[in-house]
Amino acid sequence: MAYDYEKSIRPGKLPHIWCPGCGHGIVMKGLIRAMDTCELDRKNTAIVSGIGCASRLPGYLDACTLHTAHGRAAAFATGVKMAKPEMNVICCGGDGDGTAIGGNHFIHACRRNIDMTYVLMNNYIYGMTGGQFSPCTPTGDLASTTPYGNPDPIFDISKLAIGAGATFVARTTAAHPREIDKLIVKGIQHKGMAIIEVIDDCPTTYGRRNKFRSVIDMMKRLKAEAVPVKAAAKMTAEQLEGKFLTGVLFEDTEKPEYTAQYADVIKKAQCA
Amino acid sequence: MAKKVALLQGNEACAQGAVYAGAKFFGGYPITPSTEVAEVLSVELPKVGGKFIQMEDEIAAMASVIGASLTGAKSITATSGPGVSLKQELIGYACIAEVPCVIINVMRGGPSTGMPTGPGQSDVMQAMWGTHGDHAAIALVPDSCQEIFTETVRAFNLAEKYRMPVQVLFDEIVGHMRERIEFPEPGELEVIDREAPSVGPEDYKPYDSTKGQVPPLADFGSEYKYHVTGLNKADDGFPTTKASLVDAEERRQIDKVMDNIADIESSEEYLTEDADVVIWAYGSTSRSARYAVNELRKEGVKAGMFRPITLWPFPAKRTAELAEQAKAIVVAEMNLGQMVLEVERVAKGNCVVAHEGRVDGDPINPGQIMDKVKEVL
Repeated sequence: MAYDYEKSIRPGKLPHIWCPGCGHGIVMKGLIRAMDTCELDRKNTAIVSGIGCASRLPGYLDACTLHTAHGRAAAFATGVKMAKPEMNVICCGGDGDGTAIGGNHFIHACRRNIDMTYVLMNNYIYGMTGGQFSPCTPTGDLASTTPYGNPDPIFDISKLAIGAGATFVARTTAAHPREIDKLIVKGIQHKGMAIIEVIDDCPTTYGRRNKFRSVIDMMKRLKAEAVPVKAAAKMTAEQLEGKFLTGVLFEDTEKPEYTAQYADVIKKAQCA
Repeated sequence: MAKKVALLQGNEACAQGAVYAGAKFFGGYPITPSTEVAEVLSVELPKVGGKFIQMEDEIAAMASVIGASLTGAKSITATSGPGVSLKQELIGYACIAEVPCVIINVMRGGPSTGMPTGPGQSDVMQAMWGTHGDHAAIALVPDSCQEIFTETVRAFNLAEKYRMPVQVLFDEIVGHMRERIEFPEPGELEVIDREAPSVGPEDYKPYDSTKGQVPPLADFGSEYKYHVTGLNKADDGFPTTKASLVDAEERRQIDKVMDNIADIESSEEYLTEDADVVIWAYGSTSRSARYAVNELRKEGVKAGMFRPITLWPFPAKRTAELAEQAKAIVVAEMNLGQMVLEVERVAKGNCVVAHEGRVDGDPINPGQIMDKVKEVL
């Protein structure tokens, strides 16, 4: 039987704004399945986003949804979670939103290890504004603002998250839909900051400028470049050249979660 | 029983006022000369089960305040001019998404880093026009430590009642001055909470204005699920580009303030009944103005003072009346000419409007104001 996504979609909100072949819809379906698996009470769940194509995702879902300003999702979400720690908080958005204009909020939310799940759709480009290079556009690639090839080095978002202090970091791709919900489930169940990076595709503004003639070509690329962590352990550095790791990249269950830490502050203040 | 009294700094009085008003969340970023507001709230909020968080930057602080407020927590941030500049992006968000919150701006000089420990009154236009797009603003300008307490409470009341950001501007002089404060008893000052929805979750629309200009706001994490966005939206909260809906929503968000000026406005007048010259002054400058009025009266000059406590919306009606009555209005403010532009606008040439400004980090003194009065009369 086909999976019933419709009960999670707000009536009348489809069709979505995403282009044919965009991976964001695959990620949204993964998120819906993950929320169902975790039996999240939608009334008690805030889905928070910034600006950009990926940030339109919350509007389609039946929950408390907060579409904020460019880059600010993690900061708004921190306010929600602090004020009401019993709420489930999920952030979603793209690579430019999350790691360029929102980079400061992203790393500090990781550092605090506040209990939320951040699904970051990395499609290597600013899609909504027409294909300008992001901190994740591969060096040398073409974007509307890198007509001679991108001179910028890139961020490795998962490494950034681990370095900043997130306690659950995982990565998969839009070409691995079943892994998306499995990893988001683990992220939701994790008490602390969980980053799920989904390497995504943008055929419209990234693919067509960079010799991916079809969505199929882009999906093939994602499958070819993704290497599960276990498989990577048996591979040489040479074999891993040009690849990225997928699966659970980092997990720490010891570091205290931020709102729990603050509950202790309240206790101290009230006993003083 | 005698009331609790204390010798408090303006910034401390602000924090105590916030607690009295029922604040449950503070998100901030350290900046001189406002830091004591944060420091006191970091002590006081957890005592009442509230939350204090020091965010990574000013923008994040504003974001956290809006996020917290959506869960139903009365929320506040405190900053100074450069911080308000950064917060403008999300002050606009709070305007369009109609999220109640209080922003304290302990004003210093500028532009940019300016004189961090010196006083200024140069953010008064920023309070109205700082964020982009058309919107209404409410800004309050207390002139004493006691009034900082009561105006902070009133700021929360107005924020909750009109579902919008409210700014409290006091200059560094009032912020760092220490005065005797009488703590109001619980219930002595009105404390307003936002209106809860009267319809069930299935029928709830977060911007449904059929029953009034200010639609009730449900709490995130209650029975109500809804969407909030910074895009122009229809009454159900979802984005729209339909011209008639965008226009109606934009106008309603301004009208909800401008149609209720009588409720929002607050001012003090001192010896204006027969005044030939009105000194128009706010914040710490009004303390010098009051002194100047007394001295001028001794010299036989019929001087008076108009002191706006609500600066925005601008007290246009009363200012226009005073312009018709008086020969001159002298606007004294610690900037090089901001509110004087509004006074000139509404005076419509009915009297002389003069400006006495100062931006060197020293307060405007009574002698300075007296000299200007004598010059224009």
